[in-house]
Amino acid sequence: MTAISLLWLIPVLPALGALLNGLFGWRFEHGRRGVITAVALASTALSMLLALWNIVTLATLDWAHLPALPANVTADAAHHSLSLHLATWIPVGNFLTGLGHTGHFNVDWLFVLDPLSSIMLFVVTVVGFLIHVYSVGYMAHDTGYFRYFTYLNLFMAMMLTLVLGGNYLVMFIGWEGVGLCSYLLIGFYYTKDFCADAGKKAFLTNRIGDMGFAAGLMLMLYWFGTLNMAQVNSMAVSGAVPGWVITAIAILLFVGATGKSAQIPLYVWLPDAMAGPTPVSALIHAATMVTSGVYLVARSNGLYTMSPEALMVVAGVGGVTALYAASIALVQNDIKKVLAYSTVSQLGYMFMGVGVGAYAAGVFHLYTHAFFKGLLFLGSGAVIHAMSGEQDMRKMGQLWKKLPHTAKTFLIATLAISGVPLFSGFFSKDEILWQAHVSSGGPGHFPAGYAQLVWILGVVAALLTAFYMFRLVYLTFFNSNRVDPEVEHHVHEAPKWMTIPLWLLAVGAFAGGYIGLPKIWLGGHENTWEKWFSPVLFHPHGAALEHAVEHSAAAEWGAMGLSVLVALAGIALATLWYYRETGTPSRLAATFKVPYRILLNKYFMDEIYSAMFIRPLLRLCEGLWWWDRWIVDGVVNGVRNLTVGASYGSLAVDRYVVDGAGVNGTAATFKWFSRLNRKVQTGQFQHYALGVVAGFVLLMVWYLYR
Amino acid sequence: MSTAAFVMLGFLLFCLGLFGVMARRNFIVVLLSIELIFAGAGINFIAFSALWHNMAGQVFTIFLIAIAAGEAAIGLGLLIALYRLKHTANVDEARELKG
Repeated sequence: MTAISLLWLIPVLPALGALLNGLFGWRFEHGRRGVITAVALASTALSMLLALWNIVTLATLDWAHLPALPANVTADAAHHSLSLHLATWIPVGNFLTGLGHTGHFNVDWLFVLDPLSSIMLFVVTVVGFLIHVYSVGYMAHDTGYFRYFTYLNLFMAMMLTLVLGGNYLVMFIGWEGVGLCSYLLIGFYYTKDFCADAGKKAFLTNRIGDMGFAAGLMLMLYWFGTLNMAQVNSMAVSGAVPGWVITAIAILLFVGATGKSAQIPLYVWLPDAMAGPTPVSALIHAATMVTSGVYLVARSNGLYTMSPEALMVVAGVGGVTALYAASIALVQNDIKKVLAYSTVSQLGYMFMGVGVGAYAAGVFHLYTHAFFKGLLFLGSGAVIHAMSGEQDMRKMGQLWKKLPHTAKTFLIATLAISGVPLFSGFFSKDEILWQAHVSSGGPGHFPAGYAQLVWILGVVAALLTAFYMFRLVYLTFFNSNRVDPEVEHHVHEAPKWMTIPLWLLAVGAFAGGYIGLPKIWLGGHENTWEKWFSPVLFHPHGAALEHAVEHSAAAEWGAMGLSVLVALAGIALATLWYYRETGTPSRLAATFKVPYRILLNKYFMDEIYSAMFIRPLLRLCEGLWWWDRWIVDGVVNGVRNLTVGASYGSLAVDRYVVDGAGVNGTAATFKWFSRLNRKVQTGQFQHYALGVVAGFVLLMVWYLYR
Repeated sequence: MSTAAFVMLGFLLFCLGLFGVMARRNFIVVLLSIELIFAGAGINFIAFSALWHNMAGQVFTIFLIAIAAGEAAIGLGLLIALYRLKHTANVDEARELKG
């Protein structure tokens, strides 16, 4: 059981790598970049090995006969979770909760290893490590090499904190930390305005979501009296907390998730985030960070299970986002923009999955998506690398022969995301669609029409996904050669640092789905994935374990057939229009001018946000400035003028009354009297003698006649 | 001779001296006039001594003459100092204490 004791090292190792590269990397920036590479790769590799060791330990643990555990580790056999209590972080103490119980605001450094966090651990460390390797090749000619790996390692540390945190506040550290790293890496080429702006946009949009998250945590602390995830979720399913509280918390947490995971209405930052280096887009904005919202919902499944309203919101937002983003991706010309909208759309699928209460299916899609979307981004990076930085697909074409490794791996990932049978994406997407279809009987208790609506959104989005992905492949690797002759000389396959991670991810993109084969393929038995995942779920107390409504195998086969059919239809349509230069797309664009322009301009959403929020905000700020300038400053200046005026008055009083009448007046009076008095002092003693005699005579007179 | 006549003589001498002190300009004359005042006072002492047969008055007169001699010495010292300062014995010239 030493593995679990070293759990805390998994996030700490990359943090250490970030520290080393951040402090000393600049010395090796020019010339000996191998040192930076070694530090960055060694820290992530060690972290990955530790993670794998922990996952194997968890998988082989006999829950019925637990071995002796270290003192600071507690095990929960019901949820297959091992918690490592590292230290107390915020020992504030007790208070009275909304329910009238005693709450404990004692936040601990608690790291939890359970099936859910182990899945995330696997995805983050393995995909993260492969992308680190890829970055070595991709960033070889860029300046700021040490800065890049510092940020990337810091991101790994934060993401792993997010994943392992057993306490919502510890998770929140990671949540904010990955946001910071995302901001830093989007604005990596900070000398370009649009990169810096994209970074700011991502950060500010995430602030809105994080405000929801933070508000949810406050509400949670007030009502539940703890932020410990396991305690909160088991308390939620025990029914002790009022339903509206749970709904409010769940929706507030989901607001945080929409920010981080780029869902409507806070998705706008993700397409712009493509300004960062492509491996960053792959790691942060496709495989790991953007899925943390899904992880949050799956992690809080106790809360969501108790709140059908919140689940309805999650599923609805997910479904609408899936279709909405896919429709934009149809007509984009920038290779990374297509992938960005595709990511938004696939994240929508994941939320649809967790939203219909099929947490296992949602997280399953998260896991397969990490491989194929990471691979797609890395492949697009290799294409962009080969094309000397060109990202516009209208200036590509016929690259299949020139970039053999990139093209083949890219095709594998495309088949996976399109939902072609036997590839990983098929299993996860089909599971989500099936679960959405039958979700009326799930924990969501949706009205029948609602579940069907979500399902239809998903199916249409699946059609569009297959179409736009194959459009992307054809425009890039087939179709006609539209490459700039200048660029064409330099087109070259990526170095081994890049192609090896591509192939490893391709293996994952193909085979990753086989641990989650559909139930009907296994004759109705639970697959490995569900067996692994099910202890994570919290079930409402009292209510008898809900048995899934029996559906005929025919219905399930039919649904599966339908999803295969829409995928093939999308592929066929794309082949028809884009495999060769046909002119059909431009004709269609000319015919459907208005819808085309709406889609090309992303529903004008940036403009709408600008008009609805940003410009009114600016105007409000200007108004406030005016208020500040004229009213607040006016009051201040008025007070100043009043004071100055008063002091002039005071000066006058001082000068003319105190000095004049008082001090000088006294002096003047004395002077006047002494001037009179001086006359008496003649200096001639005879006059004084006369005075003495006169005084004597007067005294005599007074004496005699009194 | 009645006592009143002596007292009258003393009074006249006093008034004469007083006038001299206040009216004359020459410091020597002023000193002489002060001597006249002393003489007036001495006659007054003697007159009343004879009237009441008390010898104390006559003893005081002896003292008075001695004091007058001391006073004359101081006065002459002052005269010399004045003369050295102003080259004159005129008291009108000495007005340094004028305010």
